[in-house]
Amino acid sequence: MPGRIVVPFGPQHPVLPEPIHIDLVLEDELVVDAVPSIGYIHRGLEQLVQKREYPEYVYVAERICGICSFMHALCYCQGIEHIMGIEVPDRSRYLRTIWSEYSRLHSHLLWLGLFADAMGFENLFMRSWQLRESVLDISEDTTGGRIIQSTCKVGGVRRDIGQDKLDEIHRGLDSFEEDCRDLGKVFLNDETVKYRLKGLGVLSKDEAYTLGSAGPTLRGSGVASDHRETGYAAYGELGYKAVVETAGDCYARCAVRVRELYSSIDIIRRAIEGMPEGPIDVKVKGAPDGEYFSRVEQPRGEVVHYLLGNGTKHLARARIRTPTFANIPALVKMLPGAQLADVPIVVLSIDPCISCTER
Amino acid sequence: MTVNEEQTTINIAPGDLLREVGALNSDGYRLVQIGCTDVGGAYEVNYSFDKGYQFRNLRLTVEPETEIPSISDIYWGAFVYENELHDLFGITVTGINIDFKGTFYRTDEKYPFSVTRRGGDRCQDV
Repeated sequence: MPGRIVVPFGPQHPVLPEPIHIDLVLEDELVVDAVPSIGYIHRGLEQLVQKREYPEYVYVAERICGICSFMHALCYCQGIEHIMGIEVPDRSRYLRTIWSEYSRLHSHLLWLGLFADAMGFENLFMRSWQLRESVLDISEDTTGGRIIQSTCKVGGVRRDIGQDKLDEIHRGLDSFEEDCRDLGKVFLNDETVKYRLKGLGVLSKDEAYTLGSAGPTLRGSGVASDHRETGYAAYGELGYKAVVETAGDCYARCAVRVRELYSSIDIIRRAIEGMPEGPIDVKVKGAPDGEYFSRVEQPRGEVVHYLLGNGTKHLARARIRTPTFANIPALVKMLPGAQLADVPIVVLSIDPCISCTER
Repeated sequence: MTVNEEQTTINIAPGDLLREVGALNSDGYRLVQIGCTDVGGAYEVNYSFDKGYQFRNLRLTVEPETEIPSISDIYWGAFVYENELHDLFGITVTGINIDFKGTFYRTDEKYPFSVTRRGGDRCQDV
């Protein structure tokens, strides 16, 4: 039996935009164990809730993550609205849904680009990020911000999208979908991509479920769980069915994200077509007194904001469980059996977002 | 439409934790998260589970020196949350399957971060 050595992976590594550390236990080039650790950029944003009034904390919440920023704000606002019994206007729910899905599109395209880059497929990386730019252009057009948008607030949204702009976005969706489908064909059908991803980092359905995995990591292993199915924001009226793959390998997790591009475009299209007229916010009075576990489906999976109000302007507690944190145990199970050269691909396949994890 | 997801919270004693968690596991619930709230001199520890979007929450209220048993024998992935409980709040969790003994969060600041443990809030006013 070959001797075992420990190779540190991270916190600085070419495929990692953010720092996480994994001690890889190897026999020759085969991974037999993996031990993760975090904390390099821990920011203490949860405790900041005691220093900011609850309407202001929306700005902090959306800075938990530089990719799924809008959805952190949405999750937080929905939680506060539940505690305070606030009914937000229908139009704001539809607008929140549109911006959520644009966030998912840009996140998945970002990930697809990074994933292609990690495989050494530079053209695919550039094409993915080229498409992402058009998504960010729409975010900038409609909110003033490419990533940090600051449109979600307790009681609704801050900005409306005019009918002319909605029509323009709607007209552009067909060609954008065509471009995404062309991109998706390469990820799903290219022989080198399949050779690199199939059978790698396998997570069984039972493991994915009992380990508490979230998002494409969970759905790529055959578990049909997507919090959009519960009908928050406008998903109740628009309807949504989880995208599922069953193989549980890196290819399956990639396929879930590719297919979710199409479902996000479909949701945006139907949200624009069904956009109700009316106000975009309601006046909010008082302070939250009570608790709620608010849950929203981010690009990486279900995020949980536990919010505890004590009747003052400052919350007593905000505890945020991010999907990447929930996917760390799954990653520890996926890595044994992989070759050292495949470790970056397996790590990226959970779409790790460390700034979320280090809230 | 405000989100009105059904959520139930049950207060339990530390001695009942493993039995209650085992029952949820047998019933097909998945572990969503374990989180802690500093309630001034004591801690509320929430164990959250989900099955088909039905949210169940078990709550322990413990003194700072109380040891609580690990549920990682039942839910293997619980080790991340239990090490976090230890590193951020100083709670001793016994029998964790992967026990980092305070090194899961590799911060310059020594654990635990808890205000109760430190006897004062060191978060800077800005």
